[in-house]
Amino acid sequence: MTTLRLIRTGFVINLKMVGTSSFFLLTSTVQPVIFATIAFYMFRSGGRPGTLLYAALGAGMMGIWSTTLFASGGMIQWQRWQGTLELGVAAPPPLTLVYLPWSLANTFLGAYALAATLVWGRVLFGVPLHLAHPWLFALALPSALLALGLFGLLLGSSFILYRHANALANLLEYPVWIASGLIFSLSVLPGWSRPISWALPPYWAARALRDAAIGGPVWGPLGMTFALGAASVVAATLSLGWFEHRARARATLSLT
Amino acid sequence: MAVIEAIDLRRTYRTTTGVVRRRPLEVEAVKGVWFAVERGELFGLLGPNGAGKTTTIKMLITLLLPTGGQARVLGHDVVAEPREVRRRIGYVFGGDRGLYERLSALDNLRYFAELYGVSGRGQRRRVDEVLELVGLKGRERERVEGYSRGMRQRLHIARGILHDPEVVFLDEPTIGVDPVGARELRALMANLIATGKTVLLTTHYMFEADELCDRIAVIASGEIVGQGTPAQLKAGVADGRVTEIEVFGIGDAALERVRGVSGVTAVTVEDRDQRQLLVVQSAGDRELTHELLGHLDGASVGRVATREPTLEDAYVALVTR
Repeated sequence: MTTLRLIRTGFVINLKMVGTSSFFLLTSTVQPVIFATIAFYMFRSGGRPGTLLYAALGAGMMGIWSTTLFASGGMIQWQRWQGTLELGVAAPPPLTLVYLPWSLANTFLGAYALAATLVWGRVLFGVPLHLAHPWLFALALPSALLALGLFGLLLGSSFILYRHANALANLLEYPVWIASGLIFSLSVLPGWSRPISWALPPYWAARALRDAAIGGPVWGPLGMTFALGAASVVAATLSLGWFEHRARARATLSLT
Repeated sequence: MAVIEAIDLRRTYRTTTGVVRRRPLEVEAVKGVWFAVERGELFGLLGPNGAGKTTTIKMLITLLLPTGGQARVLGHDVVAEPREVRRRIGYVFGGDRGLYERLSALDNLRYFAELYGVSGRGQRRRVDEVLELVGLKGRERERVEGYSRGMRQRLHIARGILHDPEVVFLDEPTIGVDPVGARELRALMANLIATGKTVLLTTHYMFEADELCDRIAVIASGEIVGQGTPAQLKAGVADGRVTEIEVFGIGDAALERVRGVSGVTAVTVEDRDQRQLLVVQSAGDRELTHELLGHLDGASVGRVATREPTLEDAYVALVTR
C-alpha cells in the first residue's frame, strides 16, 4: 500500500513538474507532429496503399521513445543539477522505487505522441483509424508504455554514476528507431542486426500495437513486450544498486 | 552508547588533472577524524571552507563511502547498513539547491513524506505541524522558486524533520541567510534540541557554534584540531591576549616578521576595503604592541587595540596552528 502510494505520488509530482517546463512541453507537443508529417509523406510517396496506419503507429512510437529517452535520461541529470539527486539516494526506499514513478510518468506523457500522430494523420492525411483488434490495442498501448518506462529506468540508472551520460543517451534516439523498425521494415537491415532488435522493448511494443491495429498475431509480441519490461525492471534494480554504490565511492552524486 | 560515532574516519577523492595527458590526483579531504555525539546533544563541527565538514557529514548520512575508518549512527554502520541509517536520520543542507523549485512547498513536503513513509491520515497533520514549526504556514501553496533564501532554508529544515527523525544533521543551514533570518533559524535549531533530538551542526560561524552547541570539534585540513565545550575551547587561549592593528598595505615580509615575534601564537589578516586588520594572538600576558609595530615598517598604521580572546580567537589559533 505504502509502495503504491509512493508510486502514485511520484507519478503525479513528476507530471506537475514536467507540466511547468515549457521546453519539455513544446518539444513533446511539436516533435510527434513533425515525425508524423515526415512519415506520412514518405509512405504516401511510396504509393503503397494501406500503409498509412502502419506509418502513423511507427511515428507515434518514435515520439514515445524520444520522450522516454529525453525525459528518463534527463531526469537524473536534472535532479543532480537542482541538488535533489542526493535526497533521492539518501531516502530509505530502494532507488528503483524512488525513480520508477518518474520514469513511468515520462513515458505516460509519450502517449500524447501517439494520440497526436493518429489525430494528425486522420485530420490532414485521411488515415483510417479502424482497428482490427480494439481490445487488444487497448491492452497493447499501456503495455508498450509500461515496458518503455521500465526500459527508460534502466537507461537512466547509469546517469546516477556518470555525470555526462545524457550525451550518450541522445545518441540512442535514432539507432533505436532504426533497430526497432519503427519507420521501415527490419528486412532492409543486415541480418546480424536482428538480435539487437529482438532485445529492444520498442521493437516488440511497436509490433504489438501494429498487429492489434492492422491485424496479426498480437499475443507473441505482447508477451515479449511484457517479458522485456520485466527484464528491464530487474536489470534496472540491480544496476541502480550497483551505480549508487559506485557513485557513493566516486562522489558523483552532486555537482560539487 | 554514542548516537553518532566517527572512528578514524577518512575520505580521499581520486580524480584526474590535465587536458591532454591526464594524471591521477588524490585529495585527502578527511584524514582520520574521531568524535562521538551523545543522545540529546547539539554537537558542532566547526571549520573553514574546505576543511572537510561537508565530506564528513556526507559520510555520516550515507551519501559518500569512507575510504578508511568507521562511522556509526544509532549503532548502525553507515557502510554496511545504509538503509537502517537513512530511515532514522534527517539532514539539511545549506544553500538554494535541494528542493523541487517548480513545485509548491506543500508538494515538496508531500513527496518527501511519502519517501519517508509518513503516509495516510498522519501525513496531512505532520505536514501542517512542520509548516507551523518553521513559520511557512500560509505560504505553503506558493512555488518554491519564488521563496527567499531564508524561506527555502526553513523549508529544508521542515523536509529534514518531517519524519520525526532521532538524529538531525545540519550542514551550514544559515549560510547566505540574512541576520534576522539566521537568528530565526538558530531558534529553530535550539527548538530541535528541546524536542529531544540529537543534532550535528556544521558551520563556520563562531557565534552560531558558541550560542547553540553543547560541544564543538574544530576541523581544519581534514583533521580535528580541537574538541570540547565552547568554554573549554576558549580556556585554551584564555591566558593570552589579542592585539588588533589596523594597517594599510602590509607586505608578506612584514607579516613573516610579526609571525616570528616570540610569544605570538597566531596571525591573521582580514581585508577591510582599503585597509587590513592584523589580528595577532599571543600567549601569556606580555605586552607586545610596541614590538609588533616595530616590525611593520613601510606600512601605515591606524587604530591599535588589545582585547580578551573570544571563541573566534580560539578557533583561529586552532586552525592556523
